[in-house]
Amino acid sequence: MSKTTAKPEHATDAPSSATPMTPTFLRVGRSIRETANVVTIEIPVRGQENQAQPVAFEPGQFNMLYAFGVGEVPISMSGDPAAKDRIVHTIRGVGAVSEALAALQPNDTVGVRGPFGSSWPANEAAGSDVLVIAGGLGLAPLRPALYHLIKHRERYGRVALLYGTRHPDDLLFREELDAWRRAPDLQVRVTVDHASLDWIGDVGVVTKLLPKIRFDPIDTVAMICGPEVMMRMTALALEDVGVSAERIFVSLERNMKCAVGLCGHCQFGPHFVCKDGAIFRFDRIRDILNVREI
Amino acid sequence: MKKIEDLLRHHPFVEGLGEEIVSLIAGCAKNVVYQENEYMFREGESSDFFYLIRQGTVALEMFIPGKGPHTFLTAKNGEIVGSAWLIPPYRWTYDARAVELTRAIAFECKCLRDKCEADNHAGYELMKRFIPPLLERLQMAQLQTADMYGEGKA
Repeated sequence: MSKTTAKPEHATDAPSSATPMTPTFLRVGRSIRETANVVTIEIPVRGQENQAQPVAFEPGQFNMLYAFGVGEVPISMSGDPAAKDRIVHTIRGVGAVSEALAALQPNDTVGVRGPFGSSWPANEAAGSDVLVIAGGLGLAPLRPALYHLIKHRERYGRVALLYGTRHPDDLLFREELDAWRRAPDLQVRVTVDHASLDWIGDVGVVTKLLPKIRFDPIDTVAMICGPEVMMRMTALALEDVGVSAERIFVSLERNMKCAVGLCGHCQFGPHFVCKDGAIFRFDRIRDILNVREI
Repeated sequence: MKKIEDLLRHHPFVEGLGEEIVSLIAGCAKNVVYQENEYMFREGESSDFFYLIRQGTVALEMFIPGKGPHTFLTAKNGEIVGSAWLIPPYRWTYDARAVELTRAIAFECKCLRDKCEADNHAGYELMKRFIPPLLERLQMAQLQTADMYGEGKA
């Protein structure tokens, strides 16, 4: 695959920020509780006081979400890229800002800047088998890519979703997972780190699922999102079975502030994660991933 | 009715193993079937057998007082259950429960250990097949212990 992470083609479309550094203030339409500490918020674009523009983004891109008086954090898009009438984010409340965002209720206001960053190579993977490999909350940034793959299913070879998480209670998007499992042309395998008696699925790490799905390693594109150690192990396991590093894509997470490559907070070796990533081709960052204290 | 050698030859464990070794170890093997939720063995019991799963799913569990059974790994078609037979005191350190109807080949461990002692080449070939899943499980345990899906800060 010659093309790497596609640059955002629609970065100026949405929302209607005057500059990339100015948030647009939008009202939350709906809040959906996914797990004990994970919430999905939907922000409709139509009907807002400030006439926000339709939202166009590429799967894998993120917005900077601003919680009033608390702070701003990058949160990946988790909605359908074809649904341009709303912005969807899935947030785990683990710190001051993300907890404030996860606590947003309908009609509350949130600041939005974006979309920013590179994207999953959903279009470039056409004709190949595609592995979507998610760990924990990593399913959220991959969901837009899955929507795209499913919508344009005929363009791809075999498509598989491998999803690992800590416990069955932590599974995201349960209804959709069930629907994806029932889809005849989608291989879906879910595993958890530990479970109680009522769980009849797999228990073990996500790499253990690889031998259980059908794909052609020579002609496969893999998109991986999850904890860094999980992505590293999974990428190496894929290489072991013959998937080339140029066809493996991972999503990095670093401390982002400006989101446009100016402030340097998210510098990662020669890259800025906000501008050059967050999606990277594995061969381009593999060596840096092994550098400690970077 | 299929002979145990025939069943063995269809299992990935014996892939690349010479016919003479397959015949040798087949003498220690038998075909077994477990119903859904039937326990194959329990923690603390003597590990008299290990198992090659032919079909089905086995949950490896620890019983946690106050919480009940806790599954830390599942083994499926083509995988091995049990390594406690290799090293004294040959005792299971977890429970194994068939999650669904499960068919397996059970090896009588004393018989197999004796054959490995008598035929070091066969023993070495078997060890080469036991070590990779052991290392894989060690690596999985590392990752599970790290609780990598735990919470970040933002």
